[in-house]
Amino acid sequence: MKEEALTRVAWPEAETAGSGFVAACRVIARNRLALLGLIIVGIWLLTALFAPYIATHDAYEINIANRLKGPSAEHWLGTDYLGRDTFSRIVFGARTALQVAIGAVFLGAFFGIPIGAISGFAGRWIDSAIMRVMDAIMAFPGRLLAIALVASMGGGLFSLYIALGINSIPSYARIVRGVVLSQKEKEYVEAARMTGESDLNILFFQVLPNCLSPLLVRLSLDFAHAILAESSLSFLGLGLPPPTASWGLMLKEVTPFLQLQPLAAFFPGLTISLIILGFNLLGDGLRDVFDPRQYER
Amino acid sequence: MIRYIIQRLLQLIPVLILVSVAVFLIVRIIPGDPVLVMLGIDPEERVRISEEQYQALRQQLGFDRPIYIQYANWVSKIVQGDLGLSLRSRRPVFEIIFERYPATIYLAVTALFTGLAIAIPMGVIAAIRQNTKVDYAAMGFALWGIAMPNFWLALMLIVLFSLKLGWLPSIGYASPLEDPFRFLQHALLPAVVMGTDLAAPLTRYIRAEMLEQLKQDYVRTAWAKGLPSRMVIVKHALKNSLIAAVTVVGLQTAQLLGGSTIVETVFSWPGVGRLLIEAIYSRDYPVVQGSVLLIAVTYVFINLFVDIVYKWLDPRIKLE
Repeated sequence: MKEEALTRVAWPEAETAGSGFVAACRVIARNRLALLGLIIVGIWLLTALFAPYIATHDAYEINIANRLKGPSAEHWLGTDYLGRDTFSRIVFGARTALQVAIGAVFLGAFFGIPIGAISGFAGRWIDSAIMRVMDAIMAFPGRLLAIALVASMGGGLFSLYIALGINSIPSYARIVRGVVLSQKEKEYVEAARMTGESDLNILFFQVLPNCLSPLLVRLSLDFAHAILAESSLSFLGLGLPPPTASWGLMLKEVTPFLQLQPLAAFFPGLTISLIILGFNLLGDGLRDVFDPRQYER
Repeated sequence: MIRYIIQRLLQLIPVLILVSVAVFLIVRIIPGDPVLVMLGIDPEERVRISEEQYQALRQQLGFDRPIYIQYANWVSKIVQGDLGLSLRSRRPVFEIIFERYPATIYLAVTALFTGLAIAIPMGVIAAIRQNTKVDYAAMGFALWGIAMPNFWLALMLIVLFSLKLGWLPSIGYASPLEDPFRFLQHALLPAVVMGTDLAAPLTRYIRAEMLEQLKQDYVRTAWAKGLPSRMVIVKHALKNSLIAAVTVVGLQTAQLLGGSTIVETVFSWPGVGRLLIEAIYSRDYPVVQGSVLLIAVTYVFINLFVDIVYKWLDPRIKLE
């Protein structure tokens, strides 16, 4: 099935960024699970962007008299241990997750893409040296590296960007390197060289646009990783400090009150699962066409 | 084969160097004076020690030397098994970590068996009954299992089995060598949580591999020979599917041994993962360094071991 998909939409010789995107949209529209993933991710994005309009209460307003209440007309998903509205905190948590994910993914891509491009384009010992370092980073268990980094740098947004971003640099580098290696001997690159274009121009304007599709798959999976990693670190008390509305932190805060109000832990966890599921379905759908593994050599 | 092992061991050198540099730097990137950090002294308490004392301590810890010499000294000590002293208990870090390591290993092994017990039958049945409700249910489990954060599953299982039904304890530990029954009682919930982490991707993988194998000529021949279904499926198709699954299982096992920090913390399991988190909370950096080093090195060596086993099982694999 996957092979069939790959031959059906084989990698065009010099695919442009635009056609890759359109093809991706078409595949997602045809694949029901991928479409579901896209809808979930879309809802999450809209929630994050319009959080103040969607939240029914102030996500930070404490009301001890109303603590650990179950779902009601006033508080749709109940309240937490300080009487804060769980629904509103989940809505603002979407914004926190988006902030962390964008920062971490951006950092990974910002360093990973040029590193991979240089590695693939330069070849020889530069390529070998860069790839050995990338392999070494990949050999380090990702979650542990993140824990170690936030333990040293302290919690907070900036630390999370670095801790989560470093983990994803090698995967971007490998994808881009693979594409560059497969494209750099092609005729269109030769032709560009003949016209006197500089290597840097060829690399960034001719070769790199080919990476867009496999990068889309990677981005989708990396968003899921970043959200899950942020929740895990915040759950351990190593991520964002209270009273930030973070899904992982919400779970940590209500853990001592599980007996009194298990639903206070149920909804934030369900939200994380749904978002990760959405990204995974979307990523799987995209991968059906643009299998990045064929470039990760 | 020996050439392959030697090549893989050589590839390990840069990885181990990076791991050691990362662990070495943990203490050095903490904001503030590393001497005070390593002594567990808050910056505001700095005035309590005289300048002479401070310089003597700095010299004693080796922070007065150039960074590469500090690193070389640190590595040579580690090779000799000297990870320093815990700031909290003043005991050797090596001793503390190896007291906690068995608990992590016991849990990882239990989780591994739990995961395999879920994934193998589920993957096989899903493949045999492809595109039926059973298949959809198994794939639904796999998708959801991958998406679900393990700490949430842990909390939900505690709510159901410990708080509501009262069947299993939510925290605690007993050594399997002393009291196997109590060990199982305590290990069951964390093992199910970690086992789900393993089983979810593995079910998908086994299903895909089984579907691939069931299409092969040798399976068709086995059916044609009139062999009983169980034999065709278990002895032929499953056996070959499992060879391919070794890598997934190996990678996940490495994560079980190293990445169980959260599950150990939720269930108060006295393993290395929880030791690491406790050490971070109490800013006991020698213990943090030691635990990270041990977990990372275990992870790297299990991956190496898995690669070698895989190569041994399937000699067609080439070293890239």
